Amino acid sequence: MMKIDFSGLAASAPLCGNTDELNNEISTGQKFELPIADDFDGFQREAVQMVKPAKGTTTLAFIFKEGVMVAADSRASMGGYISSQSVKKIIEINPYMLGTMAGGAADCQFWHRNLGIKCRLHELANKRRISVTGASKLLANILYSYRGMGLSVGTMIAGWDETGPGLYYVDSEGGRLKGTRFSVGSGSPYAYGVLDSGYRFDMSVEEGAELARRAIYHATFRDGASGGVASVYHVGPNGWKKLSGDDVGELHYMYYPVEPASVEQEMTEVSGS
Amino acid sequence: MECVFGLVGKDFAIVVADSSAVHSILVHKTNEDKIMLLDSHKLMGASGETGDRAQFTEYIQKNVALYQFRNGIPLTTAATANFTRGELATALRKNPYMVNIILAGYDKEGPSLYFVDYIASLHKLDKAAFGYGSYFALSMMDRHYHRDMTVEEAVNLVDKVIMEIRSRLVVAPPNFVIKIVDKDGAREYAWRESIKDAPVIAS
Repeated sequence: MMKIDFSGLAASAPLCGNTDELNNEISTGQKFELPIADDFDGFQREAVQMVKPAKGTTTLAFIFKEGVMVAADSRASMGGYISSQSVKKIIEINPYMLGTMAGGAADCQFWHRNLGIKCRLHELANKRRISVTGASKLLANILYSYRGMGLSVGTMIAGWDETGPGLYYVDSEGGRLKGTRFSVGSGSPYAYGVLDSGYRFDMSVEEGAELARRAIYHATFRDGASGGVASVYHVGPNGWKKLSGDDVGELHYMYYPVEPASVEQEMTEVSGS
Repeated sequence: MECVFGLVGKDFAIVVADSSAVHSILVHKTNEDKIMLLDSHKLMGASGETGDRAQFTEYIQKNVALYQFRNGIPLTTAATANFTRGELATALRKNPYMVNIILAGYDKEGPSLYFVDYIASLHKLDKAAFGYGSYFALSMMDRHYHRDMTVEEAVNLVDKVIMEIRSRLVVAPPNFVIKIVDKDGAREYAWRESIKDAPVIAS
């Protein structure tokens, strides 16, 4: 742990019998307030990290007129190391329900697969498809029973059932929220900004897909833990369909094409004499 | 930070809760209903960890319904409060539920309000509050409360408290839900919204 050496700032001015208040302050030597922390250099980083949502990823989903739009990046990071740029973060639970992955990859993949099994068993036992409400409740109850044991799952269950489009946010603390717009992951504040400002309920499928893609792109631009490919899926009355999977690097140059620099003054060869 | 408060009036009890679902610095939702209807004449407003809040209040709700099915008569408010406290106390030294509860009900004893802490303390009170909002709510209620308030007077006081929370609390929740229970049953009274979330529209 580094400690800054302040001996050089010790009071060098001689003590004088001065009753002037102002001078007294100056003569006791320079000092300034320091944060009360052992690791002076690291505490600020810790403070920023504490506020940043964990789970290095960006996923989002929103309900609109034509159904549910679901989008995610595809980067997996272990601290500062990018372990993969091609992770499938949108998990196909069944042909009309999708789940997104944020947090521990193994946890998300396993429990979504498990949820898919339970949904199929429900169909066989009850001769009808499970609702999005029911599926999200099954998952939330399972995760709640493991609370405190270190599961890390921040997922959204999106689907279309008899009551129309449904979207739920479920996490490993046992929280379950019904809503119309969610974004999960370390890049989620960035995605929320673009998503909230561009959202309209009566968008078309193309406009919705473009909004989702743009929100993921902007999050990957600013968040180091998000990147790779922006995948966009649409869930309609007949089930889900993958709409696009674009590399965010290519999206960058598509949204912000490089202008050829205008030449102000051309250097010409001086005709030799 | 979550704010839940409540008070007892002439023949009714009123419970108010904020409606933000928050995760660190992100607000996921601003219209989350944190006051659960336990049965026809009981309300349970809860604040605390998201998972615990939803799951524990549902557990109490289902057990209240089970008692009614088994015995043919509903639980009294006092019995419900003691049951809730008992469940929190049993789990406290093993797997504690981080939920603070304000239980309001109307039975043959009239309206009553119970304050149940996350460490399973139980108090029957005329007015109670939880969360950072309690710093403002408690003193305001102490000042303006009197026995046998009418619904109008109580809602006026509630609105004053909400305005105070909105203006003085640094991360004040924008929206609140007000629920009331009287001889006619427990129901939602009003929302006080300053930010409108897009409603979930079923196609």
